Amino acid sequence: MTRSRSVLLSVVPVLLLLSPAFAQVTYERLLNSAKEPQNWMMYSGDYSGKRFSGLDQINKSNAHAVVAKWVYQTGATGKLETSPLEVDGILYATGQDDRAFALDARTGRPIWMYQRQVPSDIRPCCGHVNRGLAILGGKVFLGTLDAHVIALDAKTGAVIWDRTAADYRIGHSFTVAPLIVKNLVIIGVSGGEYGVRGFIDAYDADTGARKWRFYTVPGPGEPGHDTWEGDSWKVGGAPAWNTGTYDPATNQIFWPTGNPSPSNRGAGRAGDNLYSNSLLALNTDTGKLNWYFQFTKHDEHDWDATQVPIMIDKDGKQLIAQANRNGFFYVIDRANGKLISATAYGKQTWSDSKDADGRPVANKNASPTLNGHTVCPGALGTTNFMAPSYDPQTGLVYVTARDQCDIFSTAPQPYEAGHAYYGSAYFPSEDAKPYLGFLKAIDPATGEIKEKFQHTSPTWSGVLSTAGGLVFSGDAEGNFIAFDAESLKPLWHFQMGGAVYAPPMAFAIDGKEYVAIAAGSAIYAFGLP
Amino acid sequence: MGWQPGLIAVVFAIATLLAADAQNPLAGNAKAAKAGEYEFRINCALCHGLGARGGGRGPDLTRAKKKYAHSDAEMFQIISNGIPGTAMPANGTNGQGVGMTDEEIWQIITYIRSQEVKAPANSIGDPAHGKELFYGDANCSLCHMIDGKGGRFGPDLSGVGASRTRGAIIDSVRNPSHHLAWGLTEATKEFPQEYESVTAVTADGKEIKGVTLNEDSFSVQIMDTNEQIHLLEKDKLKSFHTSRESAMPKYTTDTLSDKDLDDIVAYLVSVGAK
Repeated sequence: MTRSRSVLLSVVPVLLLLSPAFAQVTYERLLNSAKEPQNWMMYSGDYSGKRFSGLDQINKSNAHAVVAKWVYQTGATGKLETSPLEVDGILYATGQDDRAFALDARTGRPIWMYQRQVPSDIRPCCGHVNRGLAILGGKVFLGTLDAHVIALDAKTGAVIWDRTAADYRIGHSFTVAPLIVKNLVIIGVSGGEYGVRGFIDAYDADTGARKWRFYTVPGPGEPGHDTWEGDSWKVGGAPAWNTGTYDPATNQIFWPTGNPSPSNRGAGRAGDNLYSNSLLALNTDTGKLNWYFQFTKHDEHDWDATQVPIMIDKDGKQLIAQANRNGFFYVIDRANGKLISATAYGKQTWSDSKDADGRPVANKNASPTLNGHTVCPGALGTTNFMAPSYDPQTGLVYVTARDQCDIFSTAPQPYEAGHAYYGSAYFPSEDAKPYLGFLKAIDPATGEIKEKFQHTSPTWSGVLSTAGGLVFSGDAEGNFIAFDAESLKPLWHFQMGGAVYAPPMAFAIDGKEYVAIAAGSAIYAFGLP
Repeated sequence: MGWQPGLIAVVFAIATLLAADAQNPLAGNAKAAKAGEYEFRINCALCHGLGARGGGRGPDLTRAKKKYAHSDAEMFQIISNGIPGTAMPANGTNGQGVGMTDEEIWQIITYIRSQEVKAPANSIGDPAHGKELFYGDANCSLCHMIDGKGGRFGPDLSGVGASRTRGAIIDSVRNPSHHLAWGLTEATKEFPQEYESVTAVTADGKEIKGVTLNEDSFSVQIMDTNEQIHLLEKDKLKSFHTSRESAMPKYTTDTLSDKDLDDIVAYLVSVGAK
């Protein structure tokens, strides 16, 4: 055994030299992801959150000819929200109930499969979902529904380390795709429907040791603590369940946070409730807060601000843009967190005015009432977790949006550890029917909607733009659609047989471009014939 | 303190195992009923209405006699697992709300029991006359089927008396466009298809009027008034238009008296209760 292994070891470096394609993912490669558009190495494709692929083999002239290349069935029921990664020919993705798998990205054939033994008493709010993996070195990283962070061997799926981040029994869980920066695995917790105290963690990728934690609800003595009434901060929510972005120039991560708890009842937590529904700029090495911008103060409508914030450099300005669940499109100066503009991009009735900073302010009558009060957008928001895209070629942000209003009524629910903690009930408002779903192209300079495509019904699909002048997205009816990035006219579609709750991504192998997306209970890959 | 949630979990795990013949551990507990009211609002009221009196989508649960669940244990099973073939989902699977704990399900059952009212001594309407009208002068059966007899153009009404409130049925006859009926429900889709009216003109100029069986951005499946199914690709049509004005005629009191409508509803309820 010993000898054969040593022979094997002596051969491996030679093989690596012969096959540079199988080099490990380093932080350098992640920093320079734009130089290798054939790989998709993190949730949004790059650190800026653009979800833009530099590949252009599939383009406006040939999109009509795209065909399905393979399908991988997870065999489980429930939604797939995963954004696959692809590195050097291997596709890594997650499935329902904390499945993870590596596939031959040419054929869809599995190389390894992992499934966590998830405790039966987990209660994640919105399905047994996961939005994807992160990769560094020889490991992929998964946040689990029982609030562990684990490192898997990228070649075998074997568990290398497993750390408990928090107690799942009181409502903590992870559904987010972690973000790798330097040697840190950065991850934000879910649990805003259970009254957790939200946090963002950073773990050493080698050892799993926790390097820092930033609580999104300040404790006694910390700045912002006085924005909470009494002890309400202890169950204040502000989860951080979607992947943030990273600015190497300033060594900051920009991480968005979710609703204060209880999500739909403000009584008992008077104040702005920092840092709920905010964008946080944190020092990557220490987790210390540099600045914050709160989108919705003292939220009573479950309008998590967890949408991916997109870094846009334009005309010498370093900006960060977010299409927020509350119906406004925000552009912020990422040097200091100052608001530049906020423009409605969907139907909204909650704000008719702005404060001195230009931030939309809630109308007095927007709060939920005992007998119910209609507010737009509804609790699901104008957008939600669907990943947006920014195309530097068209200069437009593409967002999946919906017009739906809800009747919000209060339900004075007491906090009980591990139990749902909404403080309200909401119902779709019949007045707002039919609920409309769109793909919208927004000019970040003006907030103006340049083009829109109306879906048959609202979709939860994310969006990908590519250098081929295309925008890809899916619909609730199961179609995967390629749009002309300028006109948003569909150029091609394929019926996948299940609704889409995931974002597309792109990669290339041997010079052939693929576009992949999860739908129903399967992952699909498409390419030219 | 640390062991308590675990102990509760064990207690309820055992309760689940024994659910087939289990008693509600919270039966008659007023505090549990109150907690159940909030849980009901959050998880159930969307279809069953505030106060459990039924909405346009789900049955009135304040009726003591229920179609699917009689005992608390049966109700527990239905809340946990849903009812196949109906819009009733299994706990935690609608993808939006929080899955309930076993304890919370028992709280909801306790709440529902606290809201139940005895059936009225004098039921409204004459079901035998309602049946005559349904298959006769009121023309319902031209489009609607009950137990395999009738038309296919509108929704099958065999179960409507059990799944909808009296008020919802009356509203859908008097004002059919108010709430379009739900049609095909796909497993992974958020919204069911509704009975929208549709007019399509084919490339050769043929006009098709009907209801949408299903639709997406690129194709539509239509049933016309002659119960013919048309499978159409939208980009090959001359024109295509859907409307939320129901294909069902609005029955005013001039065409159908309140008494006759009560009789028809009584018939639907009597069929639904079977």
